[in-house]
Formats: sequence, C-alpha cells, structure tokens
Amino acid sequence: MDTILDALMLSNPNVRYVVFGSVLLGCAAAVVGAFTVLRKRSLVGDAVAHSVLPGVCGAFLVTQTKHPLALLIGAFISGWLSLVVIDFITRKTRVKEDSAIGIVLSVFFGAGILMLTAIQQTGSAAQSGLDKFLFGKAASMLLDDVMIFGGVAALLIAIVALFFKEFFLLSFDRDFARVIGLRVPLLDLLLSTMTVLAVVVGIQAVGVVLMAALLITPAAAARYWTERLGIMVVLAGLFGMMAGVTGAYISTAAPSMPTGPWIVVVTSVVFLLSVLFAPRRGVVAQAVRYKRNRTQITDENILKALYQMGESASEFTTVHSTEEIHGHRRMQLLTLQQGLARLRRQGYVEHHHRGWCLTSEGIERGKRVARLHRLWEVYLSRHLHLAPDHVHDSAESIEHILTPELEEQLASELNYPEVDPHNSPIPYRKKAKQKPETGTRNA
Amino acid sequence: MIIHVENPALEIHNLTVSYHRKPVLWDIDLTVPQGTLAGIIGPNGAGKSTLIKSVMGLLPADSGYAQMFGEPLDRVRRRVSYVPQRESVDWDFPASALDVALMGRYARLGLFRRPRAADREMAMDCLKKVGMDGFAARQISQLSGGQQQRVFLARALAQDADLYLMDEPFAGIDAATEAAVIQLLTEMKQAGKTVIVVHHDLQSAADYFDWIVLLNMRLVASGPTDQIFTQELLERAYGGRLNVLSQVGELLQKQQFPARERKG
Amino acid sequence: MDAFWIILTGSLVAISCGTLGCYLVLRKMAMVGDAISHAVLPGIVLAFLFSGSRDPFTMLLGAGAVGLLSTFLIETIHRRGQLQEDASIGVVFTFLFAVGVILISMYAGQVDLDQDCVLYGEIAYVPLDLLYTKSGASLGPRTVWILGGVLLAVIALVSFAYKELAATTFDSQFAAAIGISTTLWHYALMGAVSLTTVASFESVGAVLVVAFLVIPPATAFLLTDKLPVMLGLSAVVGILSAAGGYALAVAIDGSIAGAMAVVGGAEFALALLFSPRYGIPARIKRKTHEELPSVS
Repeated sequence: MDTILDALMLSNPNVRYVVFGSVLLGCAAAVVGAFTVLRKRSLVGDAVAHSVLPGVCGAFLVTQTKHPLALLIGAFISGWLSLVVIDFITRKTRVKEDSAIGIVLSVFFGAGILMLTAIQQTGSAAQSGLDKFLFGKAASMLLDDVMIFGGVAALLIAIVALFFKEFFLLSFDRDFARVIGLRVPLLDLLLSTMTVLAVVVGIQAVGVVLMAALLITPAAAARYWTERLGIMVVLAGLFGMMAGVTGAYISTAAPSMPTGPWIVVVTSVVFLLSVLFAPRRGVVAQAVRYKRNRTQITDENILKALYQMGESASEFTTVHSTEEIHGHRRMQLLTLQQGLARLRRQGYVEHHHRGWCLTSEGIERGKRVARLHRLWEVYLSRHLHLAPDHVHDSAESIEHILTPELEEQLASELNYPEVDPHNSPIPYRKKAKQKPETGTRNA
Repeated sequence: MIIHVENPALEIHNLTVSYHRKPVLWDIDLTVPQGTLAGIIGPNGAGKSTLIKSVMGLLPADSGYAQMFGEPLDRVRRRVSYVPQRESVDWDFPASALDVALMGRYARLGLFRRPRAADREMAMDCLKKVGMDGFAARQISQLSGGQQQRVFLARALAQDADLYLMDEPFAGIDAATEAAVIQLLTEMKQAGKTVIVVHHDLQSAADYFDWIVLLNMRLVASGPTDQIFTQELLERAYGGRLNVLSQVGELLQKQQFPARERKG
Repeated sequence: MDAFWIILTGSLVAISCGTLGCYLVLRKMAMVGDAISHAVLPGIVLAFLFSGSRDPFTMLLGAGAVGLLSTFLIETIHRRGQLQEDASIGVVFTFLFAVGVILISMYAGQVDLDQDCVLYGEIAYVPLDLLYTKSGASLGPRTVWILGGVLLAVIALVSFAYKELAATTFDSQFAAAIGISTTLWHYALMGAVSLTTVASFESVGAVLVVAFLVIPPATAFLLTDKLPVMLGLSAVVGILSAAGGYALAVAIDGSIAGAMAVVGGAEFALALLFSPRYGIPARIKRKTHEELPSVS
C-alpha cells in the first residue's frame, strides 16, 4: 500500500522521476507510432524494436559500461541498420516485405540473444542488468537515464508538433505531398529516424520484445475514436502516457514482475474498450445503430400495412385487429405486438377495443412510406429498366432510408408520376407537390 | 434495351452487390445465350469485375442469384471456368507455365488426388493451343504480360468447360497477343462454348463480341451487339452515374442500413 | 551424443517450420507466422497449469488452439473491426504474448518455463529429458519423438494436399472458383503452423521458430523456381543452420537458438549474393546486358 501511495503522491524523488520519465517515453513512442501505423509500417516497427538488442549488447561490449548514452547510440545504430536491410531486401530481391521483416527481426534478435548470453557467460558483474532490456523495467531507471531518454522523448514530441502538417500529408497522400514540393525522401528519413529513436527510448519501459505494442496499440485504439489525424495523435499520446504510468507503477510496486507485459496488457485493454465503446466505429455503437434501423423498419412496415389496408377500404381510421395486421404483413407476432405498443406510445396509432387504428400522424407517416416505396419502384423501372415484378424487393428497403431532400429530388426527377408500375396510386402530401417537405421522418 | 433469351448459358436474377455496405451493383437482371462471345462493357468503376466475381461466388450478394445452364454454380462448377485479372496473382510464385496450366485439371481431380500423365498431356495441349508450348518449362515470372495471359487462358482451356468468364483478358497485353487471343475465343465460340469477357475498350468491343452487356452500377442494356451498340445506349452507360442512385448508396453506407431487408 | 540430439532437434524444427514457412512466405503471411509463434505462449502456460504435466497431447491441442484463435482474432479485428492488417497483427500477438509472460511470472513455481526460455528456449536441455522403455533402455529424448511426430504430420499434409495448397496459395480466386475452399486450407495451414510452433517452443523458443519459419523458405525462394525444390532446399538450409548454429554457439559459449538464427541469416545473405538467377549481382548483370524475354 505504501508503494502505491508513494507512486501516486510522487513523494519519493526516485519514484517521481521514474514516473515522469515513463510518461514521456510512453507518450513519445505512441505519438511517433501513430505515424508508423498510418504509413502501414507497424510490423517494421516491431522488427526495429527487436533489432536494437544487438546494438545494446554491442555498446556494452565496447564500452564495458551501461552508460545510457552509449546504449542509446548502440541501439540507434543497429535499429537503423535493420531498417536499411529490410528496405534493401524488399527493393533489390524478389523476397517480399513481410519475409524481409521476418528475416531481419529474427536474425538481429538472434544475434542479440547470442551476444547477451555470451556476455552473461563471461560473468562480468556490470552486465547483469542487460537482460532488463528484454522485458523492460522502468523502475531501474536512474536519474541519468531519465534525463537522457526523457530528453529524447521530449524532443520527439516536439518534432511531431513542429512538422505535424508535413507528416500528415506524407502519411495521407505521398504523391500529393511530392507534388506540392515537400521533400518526401527527407521527411521519410526523419520519420524513420524518429521511429528508431522512439523504440530506443521506449525499451527502457517495455523491453524490446513487446516494444511494438507501445508503437502500435495506442494508435490503433485512438483510430476508433476519431477520423481526424490531429485528435488521433493526441489520443494515442494520452494512451501512451497511461501505459507509461502503469509501467512505472508496476515496476515500483511489484519488482518481481516484468514491466513490459503489464504495460502491454493495460494498453490492450484500452484498445479493447475502444473497439467496444467508441462512438461511431465501436461494436456497441454499431449494434445500437443496427437495432435502431431494425426498429425503424418494423415500425414503418406496420404503419405502411395499416395505411395500405385503409387504402383498399378508402377509410384510414378503421380499427384493425392485430391478427388482421399480421395477416396483411408477415412478421414475427411478438415483433408486431412490440411495434404496435411502441407506435402507440409515440402517438402514431391508437388502441381501441380489440384493435388498432392510425392517428393523423400515423396516416401521414404510413402514407409517406407507401409513397417512397412506389416512387422508388417507378425510379427502378424507368432508370434501371427493371420489370414490374422485380422492383418490389429493393423498394422494401429503400422506402425506409430516403431523406426528405432525396424524396423531393426523386419525385421531381420522375416528374411526379401518378401511379407506380403496379398501377397503385402514389399518395402525395396535399399542396406539397412543388415544395420540399419539412421533416416528417424520424420525428 | 434488355433482351432476355430462353435456355441461357448465364442468367443473373435481381443481383445486388455491396462493397462496405455501399451497393456497387443494383438489381442486375440479365441473360446471356449459349454459344456466344459476350462482352461486359462499361466505364471504370462500373462494377464489371464485381459482377463476374459475384457470379462465381467470390463476393457475397445482398440479393438475387446467378444460374448457369439453369443450375446454381455448385451443381455445374465443372462446366464453368473463371479467369481472374492477371494482376491479381503474384507471378513470382515458383511454378512453370505447365504447372499453371495443369491447375486447370485440378477441378476434375478429387480432394488429395494427384494429376496423372493424361492430365499433363492435356495441359501441354492447351499450352500449344495458345502458342506457349515452347515455354512450358519457363518460370512464370520470366514471361511477358501477354505470355502470362496466354498461360491463364491455357489453364482455362484445360478445365474443358462450357462457360468461360474472363476478367480483363486484354489488359496490358501487346497487339499480337490480343489478336491471337480473340482468334482463340472465336474458335471456342464456334465449338459451342460460351465466353463472357470483361472488357474496357469500347473501340474494339463491337468487332469482338456478338453479345454486349452495358453496365454502369446498374444494367444499361444487354443484347446482340448490333442492337446495343447505339449512340444513345452508349451515352447512357458512359454518361456518368445516376445521381439519386449514388446518393442512396452513400446513405445506405452512412446509416449502415441493409440494402435488402432481412428475410424472415 | 548431446551434440547429435541438439542438432537433430534443431533440424526437426527447421524442416517442419521451413516446409510450412514456404507457404507462409509465398502467401505473404510471414508475419502471421511470427504472430502465431508468440501468441501460443499463454496456451502453453495454461496447458501446463491445467494438466499439471507435460502431456504432449494436452499441450499440442490446447496451445495449438490458442494459435489458431490468434489468427482468427487478427482476421476478425482486420475485417469486422476495420483495422489495417499490420496493426491488427501487432496488437493481437503482443497482447497474447504479454499475457503469457505474466502468467509465467505469476505461477513461476508451477510452470516449468521461465521468461528467457520463452524467447530462446532450452535446446541444450533436450538430451536430459529421455524416454525409456519398460526394460529401461533409452529411446532418446522425449522432444525428438514429439517433433518427429509433428514433422510426419506436416509432411503428410503437404504431400496429400499438395495441389490444394499450391492452388490456394498461387491464385486463391481461381481455387475458390473451382470449388477448393480457401478458408479451409487457410485454417489447415494455420493450424499446422500453430501445432509445429507449440511443439518447437519449449526447445527452441519463439525467436528460432520465427527464424525457421521465414529464413530457410526465403533463402530457397532465391535459389529455385520450382515449388517442390523450394520445399526441399528449405529443409537443407534449415538443417545447415541447425548444425552451423550449434558449432557457433559452442565456439562463443552463447545461446544455441540465437546462433542458429544468425547462421540462417548468413545463409540468406550468401543466397542473396550468389544465387545464379535471383542474387543481387546476377540481377544487376542481367539488367545491363540482357533485355526482358521477348514475346514470341
């Protein structure tokens, strides 16, 4: 409990800069990662992450210290080299990008493992901390580390802010970016360099194995919440900060736990929540919209049925029993009953002893559905040259979706036909022939 | 102008196909008679490839169905051959021209059965018919675009089908190959086969085909070439989209509304 | 004798992975193989926890199912969730692998795996875990038997379903049009990859599985134009990396799995340089001296 408090209150100066550093690392990785994802280079990011390991080990072998600057330079070199090799294989041979990524990832990482295990065999005391780069351990960061890695992270965030417009164009439309005179190769180089740097600083918290998640997952989660790149990048950064805090906390509170996996799990949960609950693209929002569409279809079909029954009797306020309606329009009986109850609450039908009848609003709405149905049938037979027996199915669906504007456009394009292809009259609103209607739909 | 025939090789009934919930083909209803060389013509994005992919069951339909020789595809699969666009495969695949032609025989072999000597002979014959017998052992990426297209044709011939659906077989090939291919297709027609070709070039269409299907998200016309190749119908097919239709399509996508009401 | 068993184990993994890897590489799904090789980890840990033993069947089936599940998740998030495929792969495998590592550290006492072994395996311990007959005669290491069985299954799959796998890999639309189910063969292949990964995981770890899934097939792809030859060459390349990797590891006293991956990389580099048709120098030469094959 004390450690939780410590971490939260940031009372311990050591914890304070670990948390501060982790937040910066998470944010920088996620912000740079957003562009990696948008440029469809997610898995290249994964390869780079694995590929910094031999650089870290090499730097240690050369300098015999774990000075952050040395490790940073070593990691940067091998990370960059991996990018160059992937690019070379993809462009100069028949081997495709996915294989090139797989080859580079496994060979570089294999080399890293080989060096790491060889160093461990030599038994020099200073090396014991190197394997924290595999799964990450934020809490083992010292002030020096935080200064250097945090500094790089802050720099990355600043560069993204500075070049946002250029990066946006580059990710969105390379050709356009080139046409308007942006120096695309230079920007590519800058973004790649930033990806490598983001990986190098991020591995302090997550480790090389799962670093890809810190690049990809926050951006993927952010993608669900917005269609705008600016907001997406900011959101990804926020999610990355959450990941950073989690990492710092876990590694302070439960030192025996590997930090990286927890960071990844927390970020993945954020992703899952985004997939489920994001406003437009989320699973729940889609299910709600689906349900609403179905409800609308049911309601309008019932109103249309009542309207058509009234039409044949030339009397729209007659009371019809549920069975009668059911006989006219086949649907699940329960669905019909629920629909009638709903329509009654909304004031479109009235319930009388043993039956239902349309209110004046109900007549208007039922009439509108019948009108749209028949207008669409006319449209299909005139413009798609469909036979009269082929137009009904499509109209059954389209009648529910046409907006008042489209309805008016449709009617005037067809020059207000009197009857549909089956010779049923098209019921227009009184006096409304020339003017666009004002919203009767979804009232 | 939509002309229907009795006993068609291909019948499409009220077919609606959507891509990401947006209808790209609306209520297509047509028949193509047996023993014709038919062209599906229309501007870019008219849904020509979508139409034959959906007929072959490669894309799901919102409504409607297709029948070949009066039967659903699953019952006549052996009588139907499909030639995808050349760009749809990776030609770096380690196979020779003969290997690809031999794949045409796979349809007739059951699960797990290996091709026999007779199948190889047949595949070799088909390569000869398209003038590729000299390249049988050549790796397919070493072939030119026109040669690759011929190998695809050889594979289709090896299927020994009655109805051939070909997606843009004339795209990106040289004039000599184009002439050779159209010669071959004409011979196939004379042998009683039905060949339906997605084609983008209006200039040559009237010469090549004896039946034409004009498409632009909806069926504009379908019938014998001399009746379909009129200024008016061509203008209607190439004269842009139907405004209302496009708007309704976008609305369906935006509202995630089903293009067809669910049955039941 | 230990060296023999270790190299044999490495070779068995290399041949199984390389054979399946040929199809992954040709389908441009190498990174799905990478994803599976990480994603099976929680399955392995759970199989350990539930069965309380190393019963190979629980292990292979249980963890293999998780591998299949991961490919299903990747597809679902890609198609239904409309997330681009590379990001979908990245999200799914990192999550599953992370869960696996956490499970290991939580149940460290009960699970005979540790965090590092997950990455680079314990192939050096393979010769220690022997199988014996009732009379007490040694039958060789357990792992070798399991891997041998998996290899037989893999060979059976690619020889019986040669034409189905070839057709769906080269031209999936054509395959579907002639009635070969692309979905069925996709999942059959993914299932085989999962099974092989699980069987190999303990001895060689995730890294070497990826290395053997991608490097030998890609190397063979640079050397030949025939699928059967590519399958065979890939096995040869794999065996050479296993043997060479062992020698390297002994020489510098490091991880055997890491060394095998490095030697594989060196073989790929050699093919890149010296392949008569697809090597870089050959390509440059052809570009300058020869024109594209002309139309007949």
